[in-house]
Amino acid sequence: MGSRWTWRLLALPGVAWLSVFFLLAFYAVVAVAFGNQNTLSEPVPYWNPLDWNVGYMLATLENIWQGGPFFKVFIRTFVFVAFALSLALLIGYPVAYFAARHAGRWKGLVLLLLILPFWINYLMRMLAWINLLSPDGLGTRFLSTIGIERLFISADLLAAKGGWLEGQPFTVIMALTYGYLPFLILPLYASLDRIDQRQIEAARDLGASPAGAFFRVTLPLSRPGILAGMVLIALPMFGDYYTPDLVSSSTKTSMIGNQIDQLTRQGSSKVEGAALTLVLAVALLGLMFYYLRSTRSADDRAETA
Amino acid sequence: MSFLRNPWGKPRFLVLVTGLYIFWSLIPVALAVLFAFNDGRSRTTWQGFSTRWFTGASGSVFHDPALQGALKHTLFLGVVCVLVATPIGVALALGLQRWRGPGGGTVNTVMLLPLVTPEIVMGVALLLLFLQVLPFVGLGSTAQAIGQVTFTISYVVVIVRGRLVSIGKDYEEAAADLGAPPHDQLLRVLLPLLAPAIVASAAVVFAISLDDFVVTQYLSGDASTTTVSMLLYSSARAAPTPALNALATIALLITLATLGLAYLVYRRFATSDEAAAMAGVEV
Repeated sequence: MGSRWTWRLLALPGVAWLSVFFLLAFYAVVAVAFGNQNTLSEPVPYWNPLDWNVGYMLATLENIWQGGPFFKVFIRTFVFVAFALSLALLIGYPVAYFAARHAGRWKGLVLLLLILPFWINYLMRMLAWINLLSPDGLGTRFLSTIGIERLFISADLLAAKGGWLEGQPFTVIMALTYGYLPFLILPLYASLDRIDQRQIEAARDLGASPAGAFFRVTLPLSRPGILAGMVLIALPMFGDYYTPDLVSSSTKTSMIGNQIDQLTRQGSSKVEGAALTLVLAVALLGLMFYYLRSTRSADDRAETA
Repeated sequence: MSFLRNPWGKPRFLVLVTGLYIFWSLIPVALAVLFAFNDGRSRTTWQGFSTRWFTGASGSVFHDPALQGALKHTLFLGVVCVLVATPIGVALALGLQRWRGPGGGTVNTVMLLPLVTPEIVMGVALLLLFLQVLPFVGLGSTAQAIGQVTFTISYVVVIVRGRLVSIGKDYEEAAADLGAPPHDQLLRVLLPLLAPAIVASAAVVFAISLDDFVVTQYLSGDASTTTVSMLLYSSARAAPTPALNALATIALLITLATLGLAYLVYRRFATSDEAAAMAGVEV
């Protein structure tokens, strides 16, 4: 027995597990999406591609193209994710920059505090905000005292006093930013930390202003980290349904995830739900592979360095 | 923005942003933990310190069957997930590391995909799998455990592989030169060297399982398969008592204690770079 087979044998349980519970499971989505449903509106999957029924998929795509309810949900999701990503980058970049370059002897503590939210249950972090933003919550009282509440009402960003948790797009965007920011900061930190300080010093010695050195050396060198980090948090945001459910619980802020959740888990039409899931997964496939490729090339660089 | 004018000066702007961010990211949770100890039903008005929501005679985590059941079920899934995902993941990491020839690249990509697939896609896929292909398993504890194992295997592989790369092939080759057969190279040389990474990945798997929500909710069956995360989701808006905060606090402490212990073990045996990687700086 050659030793190469020992190693393949070791991989076997993992390969078998992922084949059934990842690949076959994903194929079940395809088979249901291109299947049919019986009179009880339960799905009847068509496993053979030659039998596929494209009716539900076409209806789903038409719904999106022709401005149906799915279209509105898609657009709203893109808007929420775009706002949350921009906010996250705006806050996360300076924080990661500080941790990587200026934290000095506080670096260990700062990193610990930045990593901590990573390991706090996401639902608990949302519960914390629900406590704060409930009509008599500390956050609501604070925002009312300092005049933010009135400002938001007059700017039409808030419907009524104390109504932060009642279908407000602003609250959902803030909650998404809060929820996913820690996952952006860590890759940003890693890419900023890797930059060789001497490259920035060289730019300065050659006459670049500090701002020039930042925009022409640091920022371009941290771009892979920015893109990878943004992709990393965009992916779960596109599939999120619990954040809008928890901090808004209104169909006015429904995202794609809410639509899929309602159709599949809550069970109103699993076939339509599978078709929508497939559309979402295919739309995100590019981002997924982009992220995997970017981490792999970073690994390769680390190994050759 | 002073840090642009002089990157070696005092970066007041950066200190301010970082400080405000850390305050904003942690204080809400700290307040939620604080109100778990409130001596009243309010989650917004402080009425004195008490542990009644943890151990009190009625409605506390230790006496309310729903809360207690959710905690027990969450821990049960965590243990099962560690026991199944860790060995499979360690074996897969070893196998992939030495996989020469066709197929290795594909397996590697498929192994990494669960890390980037939005959880709702995995949730729907597993839900349809258990309803349409494996109805004899059905929804409930078994399905939940299988679902969690499916995406935690990848974390084990990533952590163990990091350690394998830093160990290099020298020890193994030395063992082979001294005449050790392949299974001895594996059991007596590699596995002991991998021990810290195995401990670390078991802790990470446990923590991820405890915090998981989407897949666990999609594959849940009756009320007995409710986890802490699911209870947080379903009760957070339904005028809960501070007992919900107490439940979340207990789960949080268990997660942090597990990771803290594993981190100490890891730091004792591995280099600081790898310890940082384990803490999540580079996934």
